[in-house]
Amino acid sequence: MGSLIKNFFIALRQVFIGDRTYYLWVAFLSFFIILGASAYADQLNRGLITTAMRDQVSWGLFISNFTFLVGVAAAAVLLVVPAYLYNFKPIKEIVLFGELLAVSAISMCILFILVDMGQPLRVWHILPIVGAMHFPASLLAWDVVVLNGYLAINAIIAFYVLYRLSIGKEYSMSVIGPLIILSIPWAVSIHTVTAFLYNGLSSRPFWNASILAPRFLASAFCSGPAIMLLLFQIIRKRSEVEIDNRAIFKIAELIAYAMGINLFLLGAEAFKEFYSGAVDSYSIQYLYFGLHGKASLVPWMWSASLFNITAFFLFLFPKTRENFLTLNIGCVLIIMGVYIEKGMGLIVPGFVPDTLGEIYEYSPTTSEILITMGIWAAGALLYTLLLKFAVPIYTGKLRFETKRQAG
Amino acid sequence: MTNKERALVPVSLVFLVILTAFAALAAEPETPSKKFFVPPPPFTPGIFPCSQCHAGMPVNRQPRKLEMHQEIVLKHMPGGWCFDCHNPSNRDMLRLANGKLVPFDESYNLCGQCHGTILREWKAGLHGKRTGMWNGEKQYRLCVHCHWPHDPRFKPLKPLPPPVKPSDIK
Amino acid sequence: MKKIMKNREGIHVDRRSFLKGAALGLAGAALPLQNADASFWESFFQKHFHEMNDAEIQQVLNRLEQEYEQQYRKKISVGNEKALPGVQFGYGLDLSRCIGCRRCEYACVDENNQSKDPQIHWISVLRFKKGEKWVDLEDSEKYYNPELVPEPDYFYMPVQCQQCENPPCVRACPTQATWKEPDGIVVIDYNWCIGCRYCMAACPYGARHFNWAEPKRPAEEINTKTHYLGNRPRYKGVVEKCTFCIQRTRNGRYPACVEACPVGARKFGNLLDPESEIRYAIEHKRVFRLKEDLNTYPKFYYFFAYGV
Repeated sequence: MGSLIKNFFIALRQVFIGDRTYYLWVAFLSFFIILGASAYADQLNRGLITTAMRDQVSWGLFISNFTFLVGVAAAAVLLVVPAYLYNFKPIKEIVLFGELLAVSAISMCILFILVDMGQPLRVWHILPIVGAMHFPASLLAWDVVVLNGYLAINAIIAFYVLYRLSIGKEYSMSVIGPLIILSIPWAVSIHTVTAFLYNGLSSRPFWNASILAPRFLASAFCSGPAIMLLLFQIIRKRSEVEIDNRAIFKIAELIAYAMGINLFLLGAEAFKEFYSGAVDSYSIQYLYFGLHGKASLVPWMWSASLFNITAFFLFLFPKTRENFLTLNIGCVLIIMGVYIEKGMGLIVPGFVPDTLGEIYEYSPTTSEILITMGIWAAGALLYTLLLKFAVPIYTGKLRFETKRQAG
Repeated sequence: MTNKERALVPVSLVFLVILTAFAALAAEPETPSKKFFVPPPPFTPGIFPCSQCHAGMPVNRQPRKLEMHQEIVLKHMPGGWCFDCHNPSNRDMLRLANGKLVPFDESYNLCGQCHGTILREWKAGLHGKRTGMWNGEKQYRLCVHCHWPHDPRFKPLKPLPPPVKPSDIK
Repeated sequence: MKKIMKNREGIHVDRRSFLKGAALGLAGAALPLQNADASFWESFFQKHFHEMNDAEIQQVLNRLEQEYEQQYRKKISVGNEKALPGVQFGYGLDLSRCIGCRRCEYACVDENNQSKDPQIHWISVLRFKKGEKWVDLEDSEKYYNPELVPEPDYFYMPVQCQQCENPPCVRACPTQATWKEPDGIVVIDYNWCIGCRYCMAACPYGARHFNWAEPKRPAEEINTKTHYLGNRPRYKGVVEKCTFCIQRTRNGRYPACVEACPVGARKFGNLLDPESEIRYAIEHKRVFRLKEDLNTYPKFYYFFAYGV
């Protein structure tokens, strides 16, 4: 036990060892975290009125980011599936970093929920036994269960592997094998449950479409891996971790297929709404063409669609996929496109027009944007710190003693 | 006269009385069975009882423009005039179409002659401003508490302000 | 020997100072942001309404009355009248008579202690143009402000919580802070709500409202007769809505909106009482309910008593 604590602090010490770029990066993130924290303090003090959310559009930027990040967390499974099921060696090595990303993403999700709550101190009410968790009727209760479960699974797998590596041992598949297999349907489920959260509401016809859950998964499998591709290239550059190009190109190929499905589903939804032209279609009309003169989201949606289609073609053709310039452009385009489409392009139109036909054009306030950036910075900082000792352990640079060695 | 013939007179008298009574009862119009407790009629102060002026006055049944009560412009029942509802011989009562008199605190029976469906709903509690106890004494009002009988149509009201728009809530 | 990694610049943070800093930070985070008196902790640890027995509930009511007295310098009573047996409340609205004057909207505000700033109204009166599409509510106008009502080519429809028999908001709430009472009223426990606003997304009638800021109401305008689940003063960050004036109706009185309506468009009563006027309306008028296709089974029956 004693050596475990010692080793923990040795790992912690790694966090303070770095070059100038590292310190600048941490300072950059800390700056935004402090800005976000002070904006949140104001929000705690005055209430959620500091945001642009009102009764008519009661969810906004925070829940949009939450939805996007659940997709990113679920996409870690995209690495797990080929790695462990098909024993595709190039990816197997880097699954660890995907799992650590899932841990950071889920942490960010939890932070976004906390800042969105009107009474955050009462968060314990949602727990079973001590609180009054409304399981299984409420989809939010389901979401609490699956998201925390996913966080636990990924944290256990990642830290177990790191621990075994750090003391120079092999990790045992009999220990983490079942967890890995469990994490595959669990990853699909976290995003399905999040989709069902919106899907189950008959009061919001824009969300009450069966296509919502498949669309969520398809867009998650684009955006999450795209972020990982960018991160892997950074990790590769900044450390001695070797990541085979084949891994990167394989992931990019899978993104292409996911984006293809995403675009098809978008087309299917557009057809149904615009062709049948019933009142339910007003939300998508608002998104792409404006409604009764209110059209603030129109340029965003068309840009998002343009980004997604361009990225699809960039990833589809091997020539552009295997060229790192076009690959990275594609990654950035996908991230922006899916962020817009799944974030503001999904949450806000669910509330426009509202249940009594009113159109309130929601546009986030500075306070909301600062808090959002603060949480992204916190997530990035968490991932950075996790990598700070995960990478040395992975490359073998950092090893701990065990009781046997010390004695 | 025989004894039989002598008995005929009182028997036929009794018979006649009974017949007359039945005839009178049959001719009597339907009395409203339930009395609704309502606040007092909204008279202009001092105007009631009407007999304080009208007791000694001769009755003029000619429809015409009046010298008194000039503030009343009748916008109800086109072609009608005062004595269609008011009782010429006793101004403290109102007169139904069949001649029966009703007091002012039962004036709903008068309105109900033409507005029968409304009267039926009012008795059930469906028509009219509703106050009181939903599981006990409902407070009823006379028709005239809301509808001035001489010009019953509701005048438009000034609406209270609209709610604040969400974009204006800071 | 322990291998201590030293970085290139020789920066070295030892364990002791790290632990000290962490401890201070955690201690700071543990302080409540408001006052740290006993009432705060009692309020924080308050159990779910259904897990408290009558004695515990009475303790809560006493604590709340003390808090409100401190806040408003006024004696405010918080009651907990239970549902009357054999009662299911129903509401009727005569659309042939509503003139859109909004007196119901403001009577509700005064009876139920709604916040003036930011403004919260539990009732919304919608205006529709005669002859145009209306049941879908898409073309309604809430912010009409003419000189006089009713306007010649329009008609008006007030909307508030429909107290659904199959409420989507109750299903959605993750903490069971909102539930349906035996007499049909859907209530919210303002001390249990976490302010996630999922119920607001779930409600098809726009009936639920959120306290985006600390609700402000002048003390002289506070209605002092309140109910725990109804019109007692609320908090920042919780959801609220119409409760069919639970503080009145459970004592046999009509809701404030029914009594305020100058044209008698609003009807209220016990659906289980065959003599009630609401039963009369349902049995004799062609009633309909809003968004009936969603199978929420609202208790709010709209009808046209006559045409104008």
